[in-house]
Amino acid sequence: MDAATSTAIETVRSVTGTYKYGFVTDIEVETAPKGLNEDIIRFISAKKNEPSWLLEWRLKAYRHWLNMPEPQWAKLSFSPIDYQDSYYYSAPKMKERPKSLDEIDPELRRTYEKLGIPLREQEQLAGVAVDAVFDSVSVVTTFRKQLAEHGVIFCSISEAVESHPDLVRKYLGSVVPYTDNKHATLNSAVFTDGTFVYIPPGVRCPMELSTYFRINAENTGQFERTLIIADAGSYVSYLEGCTAPMRDENQLHAAVVELIALDEAEIKYSTVQNWYPGDAEGRGGIYNFVTKRGACRGHHSKISWTQVETGSAITWKYPSCILQGDHSVGEFFSIAITNNRQQADTGTKMIHLGRDTRSRIVSKGISAGHGNQTYRGLVRIGPRAAGARNHTQCDSLLIGSACGAHTVPYIENRNRTAMVEHEATTSKISDDQLFYCRQRGIPEETAVALVVNGFCREVLQQLPMEFAVEAQKLVGISLEGSVG
Amino acid sequence: MARTSARRLEPVSNGVSRMTTEAGAALPSWVQRYQAVGDALPGADRPWLNARRAEALAAFAASGLPTRRQEAWKYTDLKALASVPFAPAIERATVPAIDRVPTLLTDDEPLARLVFVDGHLRPEWSATAGLPEGVVLADLVTALARHEPLVEHWLGERDGIAGRSMVALNAALMDGGYVIWVPRGTIVDAPIEITLLSGAARGAHTTPLVHHPRILVVIEDGAEATLVEHWAACSDATYFNNVVADVQVGAGARLRHYRIQEESVEAYHVTTLRADLGRDARYEAFSFSTGARLSRLDAEISLTGTGASLGFGGAFLMRGRQHCDTTSVIDHRVPHTACREVFKGTLDGQARGVFQGRIVVHPGADKTDGQQSCRTLLLSDGAEIDAKPELEIYADDVKCSHGATAGQLDANALFFLRSRGLDETTARRLLIEAFLSDALDEISLPALRGRLTERIEGWMREPREDRE
Repeated sequence: MDAATSTAIETVRSVTGTYKYGFVTDIEVETAPKGLNEDIIRFISAKKNEPSWLLEWRLKAYRHWLNMPEPQWAKLSFSPIDYQDSYYYSAPKMKERPKSLDEIDPELRRTYEKLGIPLREQEQLAGVAVDAVFDSVSVVTTFRKQLAEHGVIFCSISEAVESHPDLVRKYLGSVVPYTDNKHATLNSAVFTDGTFVYIPPGVRCPMELSTYFRINAENTGQFERTLIIADAGSYVSYLEGCTAPMRDENQLHAAVVELIALDEAEIKYSTVQNWYPGDAEGRGGIYNFVTKRGACRGHHSKISWTQVETGSAITWKYPSCILQGDHSVGEFFSIAITNNRQQADTGTKMIHLGRDTRSRIVSKGISAGHGNQTYRGLVRIGPRAAGARNHTQCDSLLIGSACGAHTVPYIENRNRTAMVEHEATTSKISDDQLFYCRQRGIPEETAVALVVNGFCREVLQQLPMEFAVEAQKLVGISLEGSVG
Repeated sequence: MARTSARRLEPVSNGVSRMTTEAGAALPSWVQRYQAVGDALPGADRPWLNARRAEALAAFAASGLPTRRQEAWKYTDLKALASVPFAPAIERATVPAIDRVPTLLTDDEPLARLVFVDGHLRPEWSATAGLPEGVVLADLVTALARHEPLVEHWLGERDGIAGRSMVALNAALMDGGYVIWVPRGTIVDAPIEITLLSGAARGAHTTPLVHHPRILVVIEDGAEATLVEHWAACSDATYFNNVVADVQVGAGARLRHYRIQEESVEAYHVTTLRADLGRDARYEAFSFSTGARLSRLDAEISLTGTGASLGFGGAFLMRGRQHCDTTSVIDHRVPHTACREVFKGTLDGQARGVFQGRIVVHPGADKTDGQQSCRTLLLSDGAEIDAKPELEIYADDVKCSHGATAGQLDANALFFLRSRGLDETTARRLLIEAFLSDALDEISLPALRGRLTERIEGWMREPREDRE
């Protein structure tokens, strides 16, 4: 192994090696009994004062889930999940939903301060509203009043069920049906909280919306459900961040995100995923099994997914776009980093159904240590998708000889006027590039960081400014930081 | 598997007889029909071969035909095969006479050739006299009789029936095929042509036939050979060829292997090609497909010697309701190996093309250079292409890339030609020919390249079908 490679491994290790969000908040919690059965589902539903249709839907999902096989096709290896050895509901004790920030348990507030998520509106960067989800419940949602002035609904999904039941009932499960896959079905049965967003026709959401997910309790799974509806001609940019404490056990995170874009609407969804990745030997860490799907229902609508996946022991995630409306656009920009024993099987699906639909996929994978990652993507052009266009680019960067990078794209074209292009490359950091930098007096470590940054640039540029900072920190600045 | 041979082989027969009685009902009827012709199978009097057949048949009985639930068969469905009332090709004692054998090589007679009709060798059309001393070129039956240790060794060399039901089926029922063995350092400089004709029976005798040829090609260290393998049809009969080809290219050896698949439009053709390349070996495998209702090339090529180099390419031209599947796994197992994979296809009518190509770079296989491309032209509204180019990489110092495109003819290019006075049909033809000729450029045998260019022109001239 040459010096450049060992330096690169060191620098990448420093990104994920010291996980600084690994602390535990000591707080009084209310949990449902361990295990999963119909009573637990009734308990969750009762806790949230849900209408009977929703309980019925949950139970239908649960009964379906019982007979569903685990998805086996991903290139991941882990021991089977014991679904009975987990808590499905855990919430910080609160008398009632806090009316103002001052009513929130100070311990909770400190947690979010430590995470760098400002819940106090005046302290925030202007222009980001936050929904903070702690284990199973949403603890606070900021800037609601300002948003309401524009007609934007931004609240936890539990509240939305109470306050906007018609919208929830109409759209919940309409993109990801409860029968979709084992993890999504489990989520449909036991989802506890999540975010609901509705942007009325013609409104450009005045600020970035964001949710910060935190898993805290032991032996607890987090099952949040996010539903975003952008009505005709509206625009919204939504950000999502996540962290969890360091534990030796594996915790399950099975979320479902549904996006609906109507005529000429646009949704931009960004994720910086930094769940606890487990230690260097692969002990502990989050199983991140997420189903994210957006439907471009209207003409000229657009859904754009951007993800920076650095955490989790195992990532199983395929944010997808169903391009139903004519001239609709789907985008997927992804950076995935696997280090130590991390595994990631991630990618996207672009289903072209409408005429002149376009999609673009840019996936950048960095694999180091014993990490293994797979890009798995599907581009399907239906027989009616005349003039559809897709371009896919997948690049993998390998650092060290024990890691793996795999590319598994599926291309199904049933329309001759469609144009589908796929390109993929795999390489290590080239000696030429390093030599060029070193020759100009740039130290080796900086040069490696520079090359990695350049490799990811195309995707990092897609992130909203507020998030780009955090992402850069994860991908780039940490690399440079280790140089000292 | 024949009940007769099972009875003869007491030590291993228990499993077989139990299997044929218990699972027999689940096997396609044509597999059961082999029971009656067991004695006619090549090597039916060889215990080692019968033991292998019994084992393979048990494996096939356990797995059955591949289904679309298996990832490797996601896009190709063999379900239709189970219900066709095929009869084993070797069941027939006499083979219809043929008056002409097509050749793909120009005027000069090939150095050596074998001609098979419906699975039977036709000695009157075959010639092996011109081969250098020591080279073996024979049909499987003859090879078993004269070179049994060689055949036994090379059949045993590849285990791999586990998880490969079409190979298991062939291993159990292999009823023909041929063997080429070029000893160390021998250079066969002229091409060897193998012509395998099917569908010779016409008129009253139209029972669809099934045939499981096994091909063994062994090019020893430093040897060289060129092989043209032509699958063609005498009629548009329904039949099924389930081929397994095992290829060994030794250190410093060189093999050019051209497969031309022009089966009948009602035929089923599955070839499993397994090849192993030694140190500094060069293997050029090219596949040209225009025939068959359903065809599949399933290639597993392993580069096990440093400096080995593989050229793997092909062209497919499909129309009507044809289905053509090209699936490959290229394993780079050691450092400094290279592969270049170029496939081009055109799909017209309701035709469907499938391309699944995986390049695997094993741990430690640094300095691997793997390039893969698959480009397809869709010429009609009903055509479909499903492509899955995969990279699976476990070493960091590699250069690997793949590209896949699917689309129609470039409107600008078409306009350019039209503006120069070419009519639409001619302009389209020119562009399609140019598109496909890229793949033919990979062929280093000029005579064959010329013949295949003519084939493409011929395909273009045939009226475009607009069925359904």
